[in-house]
Amino acid sequence: MYVLIYALINSFILSLISLGFALVYSIARIPNFAHGAIYVATGYVGWLLINRLSLPFPLAIIVALIFSALIGALIYRIVLIKVRGMALSEIIASYAIGIAILEILRWGGLRGMTFMLPVLIPGSVEILGVSIDYQRLLILGVSGGLLLFLYLFTHHTKTGLSFRAIAQDERASLMLGIDSDRAALLSLSIGSAICGLAALFVLPLGNIVVEAGYSTLIFALAVCVVGGLGSTAGVVAASFILGFAQTLTEKLISSHFQMVVALLAIIGTLILKPSGLFGKQKELEERV
Amino acid sequence: MELLRKERVDRGIKVRTEGIYAISGWQEMLYLLMPRLLLIVGLLALPLILGPFPYWKRVINMMCAYAILSLSFDFLANYVGLANLGSALFTGIGGYLSAIFSLKLGLPVFLAIPLATLMGAVLSTLLILPTLPLRGVYFAIVTLMLPLLFCRIIEALNILGGTNGISGVPGFEKAFVEEYTVILVLLGFLFSLRRLVNEDFGLVLRGIKDNDQAVRASGINVTWMKAIAVFVAALLGSFVGSYMVHLYMWAGLSLFALDFSVIPIASVVIGGGGTLVGGVIGSFILVPLSEALRAFGTLRIAIYCIILTVFIVFKSEGIMIYLQRKYHQFERWVKV
Repeated sequence: MYVLIYALINSFILSLISLGFALVYSIARIPNFAHGAIYVATGYVGWLLINRLSLPFPLAIIVALIFSALIGALIYRIVLIKVRGMALSEIIASYAIGIAILEILRWGGLRGMTFMLPVLIPGSVEILGVSIDYQRLLILGVSGGLLLFLYLFTHHTKTGLSFRAIAQDERASLMLGIDSDRAALLSLSIGSAICGLAALFVLPLGNIVVEAGYSTLIFALAVCVVGGLGSTAGVVAASFILGFAQTLTEKLISSHFQMVVALLAIIGTLILKPSGLFGKQKELEERV
Repeated sequence: MELLRKERVDRGIKVRTEGIYAISGWQEMLYLLMPRLLLIVGLLALPLILGPFPYWKRVINMMCAYAILSLSFDFLANYVGLANLGSALFTGIGGYLSAIFSLKLGLPVFLAIPLATLMGAVLSTLLILPTLPLRGVYFAIVTLMLPLLFCRIIEALNILGGTNGISGVPGFEKAFVEEYTVILVLLGFLFSLRRLVNEDFGLVLRGIKDNDQAVRASGINVTWMKAIAVFVAALLGSFVGSYMVHLYMWAGLSLFALDFSVIPIASVVIGGGGTLVGGVIGSFILVPLSEALRAFGTLRIAIYCIILTVFIVFKSEGIMIYLQRKYHQFERWVKV
């Protein structure tokens, strides 16, 4: 029972941290390798706002989210816009920005185990004989709500519909007067804001450390690759598969193997079925 | 107002030296040989010039090692079209193999290095083989993950010395052997790769980069050609790994570190992709720079990444292509 409930929560955490990456890839076709860095940076900014400026937590969340959206927009506007369409340069540029952000944070004092975000509601509750803290339940709520919000946003608003149009066929949507650069800019800032939201709710479960940036990127990549790059249904399905797989290995073998599971999932999926479980990529695009 | 436009024209001497007339006079021969001789003689003389500074002599070794890695990245990325973000896989495998060969089998350094280079290249190629049909982003993701996977497996299973690594690997006997091994190997790899990419084999590889379907339609086995290319690149990387192990007399998880993947990429972008020499020049700039910035600790990596991004955005051709243009062509303003 314990494993079941924690695996469920782990799955929701995974889907929360990978939704932003999936959104950016499906709309702008940019693999945003700076994802993990934005995650840690938002957490750190949240920490600074609460502990240095002593803002109340809800206000700090809003400011930190605006901050992460701005970083995403700036990364696109200054750097990625110039290399759009060149797959290799996109990856190298965004990865370089990510590493730069993380290493600057490390240099700027983000070291050790002293940085912790507070939980929104402290305490825990017992469900089916397993005690769960409220923060984990909150994560369930937030990621469920986020999925619902994204569904409504992409199906019932003009901007959301234009996002889907760009994702389906960029040229045709350009002909219909949708500005692809604007959509990509927006998608990157929304993607980063979602990543920031994930950071503010998931990071209170542990410490804010620079290494979390690298592992978050790997987890997000694992979920998106297994589910199929650019598919939201795939993200949810894959985060359940990986969430359960990780919790089971943690329980049965040891927690060292969590990352090994994610890495093996990425490599295995790419070898066997590169488009993932729900990917709609054409076979020729991804392999010879 | 008169409208002017800049025009680039090849220098006369460049045109003359393209054919048999290259050997018509000492000026022509010098024009062709100068840049190459500058690199060769400069590299060979470097340890002698820096004789009084033993610390900077160590830096030359690292510089050459990274130059070899950037050759490997440049060859795969710009001649075959495989974005290999994990050169650390090659260095890691080569390094650990070399440590095992010299400690478990008791081989001398000069047998362990070539053997580890060869075995490492074979092993890395076999590991990458199943992912070779992948393209673009997909291949990049796999290669980024492989070194991390090895790192985590060694850590989790606590094999090969675990997080402590394997110490007590025999080093080089004399300092000059240590320096000239890597310099000569770098020059050898550089000129033989330049030769290789201009052979028929190189032509096929460039064909794969531009349009793999067309190459396949010509009845050439694309995956096999890519596998050979990866083998060549892995040969370079594994050599660096095994050299590094004997240089520091220690093999550890840092052989799979991010540095071995990131610095070569940065060097190639700065030096100019697709020229092979570009990566070498890039690492000759970046590695000493990073030594000079050692006081900043991990901020060094951030600095390279920023330099890298600036080059990608503002000067994507790189230093080498710029220099080549200045050397071969002159510019003048002409009326439109």
